[in-house]
Amino acid sequence: MTATPTSAAAQAIEDVADDGTVQIAQQRHSDAKKAERKLGLMLVAPAVVIMLAVAAYPILYAFWLSLNKADLRRPDDNEFIFLDNYITVLSSPIWWTAFGVTMLITIVGATFELILGMGLAIVMHRTLVGRGLVRTSALVPYAIVTVVAAFSWRFAWTQGLGWLAPETSAPLTEFWPSIWIIILAEVWKTVPFMALLLMAGLALVPEDLLKAASMDGASAWKRFWLVTVPLIKPAILVALLFRTLDAFRVFDNIFILTSGSNQTSSVSMVAYSNLIRGLNLGIGSAMSVLIFLTTGLIAFAFIKLFGAAAPGADAGGKR
Amino acid sequence: MAEIVLDHVVKRYPDGALAVDDFNLEIADGEFIILVGPSGCGKSTTLNMVAGLEDITAGKLIIDGQVVNDKAPKDRDIAMVFQSYALYPHMTVGDNMGFPLRLAGVDKETIRKKVGEAAELLELSQHLDRKPANLSGGQRQRVAMGRAIVRNPKAFLMDEPLSNLDAKLRVQMRTQISRIQKNLGTTTLYVTHDQTEAMTLGDRVVVMRAGIVQQVGTPAHLYAHPANLFVAGFIGSPSMNFFPGQLRGGGTVVTALGEARLPDRVRQSLDGAGSTGEVIIGIRPEHFEDASLVGDKPGATFDAPIDIVEAMGSDVYAYFTMKGDVAHSQDLDDLAKDTGNELHSGGVDVTARLDAAAQVQRGRTARLWYDTSKVQVFDAASGKNLVAAVR
Ligand SMILES: Nc1ncnc2c1ncn2[C@@H]1O[C@H](COP(=O)(O)OP(=O)(O)O)[C@@H](O)[C@H]1O
Ligand SMILES: [Mg+2]
Repeated sequence: MTATPTSAAAQAIEDVADDGTVQIAQQRHSDAKKAERKLGLMLVAPAVVIMLAVAAYPILYAFWLSLNKADLRRPDDNEFIFLDNYITVLSSPIWWTAFGVTMLITIVGATFELILGMGLAIVMHRTLVGRGLVRTSALVPYAIVTVVAAFSWRFAWTQGLGWLAPETSAPLTEFWPSIWIIILAEVWKTVPFMALLLMAGLALVPEDLLKAASMDGASAWKRFWLVTVPLIKPAILVALLFRTLDAFRVFDNIFILTSGSNQTSSVSMVAYSNLIRGLNLGIGSAMSVLIFLTTGLIAFAFIKLFGAAAPGADAGGKR
Repeated sequence: MAEIVLDHVVKRYPDGALAVDDFNLEIADGEFIILVGPSGCGKSTTLNMVAGLEDITAGKLIIDGQVVNDKAPKDRDIAMVFQSYALYPHMTVGDNMGFPLRLAGVDKETIRKKVGEAAELLELSQHLDRKPANLSGGQRQRVAMGRAIVRNPKAFLMDEPLSNLDAKLRVQMRTQISRIQKNLGTTTLYVTHDQTEAMTLGDRVVVMRAGIVQQVGTPAHLYAHPANLFVAGFIGSPSMNFFPGQLRGGGTVVTALGEARLPDRVRQSLDGAGSTGEVIIGIRPEHFEDASLVGDKPGATFDAPIDIVEAMGSDVYAYFTMKGDVAHSQDLDDLAKDTGNELHSGGVDVTARLDAAAQVQRGRTARLWYDTSKVQVFDAASGKNLVAAVR
């Protein structure tokens, strides 16, 4: 970015000055540039070192572990087994059940979050009176620590105790009720986040366009679908992408609500069980790597499928 | 096509601002009406009330004999052209223009035909598949026009449609809009703050100031018979010259230009208005002339210390400053604020448009004449035109 103005400046110098001065100017210019680059590198160096230590190293180490037989209960049996851990995981029904559960929570959750988040975003965007209050109160769920919220959901759904629990059954001990409660907890928690991102998109839709559409004969519903949605598509995509990636790694809500009983474990839960509870570093790491790859694939698919569909992506900017 | 009536229309915004007060206007079918005034005077608000984009606080809006105060914009069958053009960035030019028809449920073939016709008219045919972002300002403006034209609405509303174009394009588009409106014969309400557009485009012009209509009339009428100082100063370019003065008995007036006897016609109307005392005299630049070229036409002469001379070929513009008080009134102060022309040089700055043969030179004193029969006399306190009274 910074290169553009400076090179433009260099161009200007070239245009103005005669031959001799041009060379000197360029000389000075490139010296200054070198010094600037050096300073830049020195300034980012600490951050890079820290990132390497806390991000790159663990990732690479996990990948290495996933290629090894590494069970803390039998440390003497450690050996390099290449892809055996992956084969074990991918042929295990436990993994695939968890994968299905995670996908279900991700897709259903993100869908509800998008719909409700859009509704909330529109309310927050359009509210004229008490705007601050509406926005603040809408964001409360997002501000509460997930674990705390999860505990209160668990309490609410506990038979005989909670205000939501039915008299005759314990929903958190059955598969489908548990799944729905997990989705509910996830949705409740992240709708405000979704709404916030979407509201940023709504703010970018010029008021004139909506006025023009109503002059052209569009009802509120048509204005939303034919003007607003196409224009905020980038915001919708970003919000959905963030939420999908987040939802796929769902852990804390499940951990508190069901502890993964009745096959309600997500992939992160299964990885955790193997890695921390089972002390099987090889298998656990292989699962972590698989989760990492899946989220990478999701992100890639989003960008590939919808990235180019953003309005104005074909030719710079809106309007 | 429709007749639009605004009957005692008032707009007060929720924050209490009174944007339009007691607006009355009857727009005949097919008429081209210009709403003009400095920015912030309530033009857009008026237009938006007609469009249905703003609620009407009080009064009635009648389209074709029907009160439409509570109708949604989409049910009024009125098309609007926005200053920002408001083109849908995600649609092609063709889709933008066809959008109103698509919403109206017109079949694809008809849409294609009508869009094609409009594109032909506006010279957009080869751009139909492009996105607005790839068009020039002038082309975007035409797409916005096209979108208004295709569905053949009862009326066009235009809110400063040309103000984002450069000067040359603006003149070009001005004539094009005029031609299109004449061809289609669609009732048009056109907002602008540019008095040139107002003078050249409209059948009638409505001059507004601070939410209040100052005068309604044909461009020629507003030019020759401005109702008050504000209209006099706003209409015409270069604008009218104003001199504070005293009206004496017997129809003489004393100003920085000396003493002058007003012709009988003017005097009679002044007597009718029963005025003597403090007035402001208004003289348009073209009503000055080099005294030696006039012969014995009735008028008054004075010596002008010429500062600047601009020969335009057909005319000569002479600029000079006459010693004396500067005319002060609320109207003129508002105008000065609008044009950003608040500097005063310790006298009355005068612009005179003289014949090409006029013998005026920079730095020399010239004997100039002015046509007393064309002089406007305004009441200094109220700003009202005293001459217009007998018209
Ligand atoms: N939405 C609004 N809320 C409150 N006041 C407004 C609003 N829109 C315009 N106004 C005020 O109303 C007056 C007229 O505005 P407007 O009609 O936009 O003027 P114009 O188009 O002549 O420049 C201005 O003083 C403006 O500040
Ligand atoms: Mg305006």
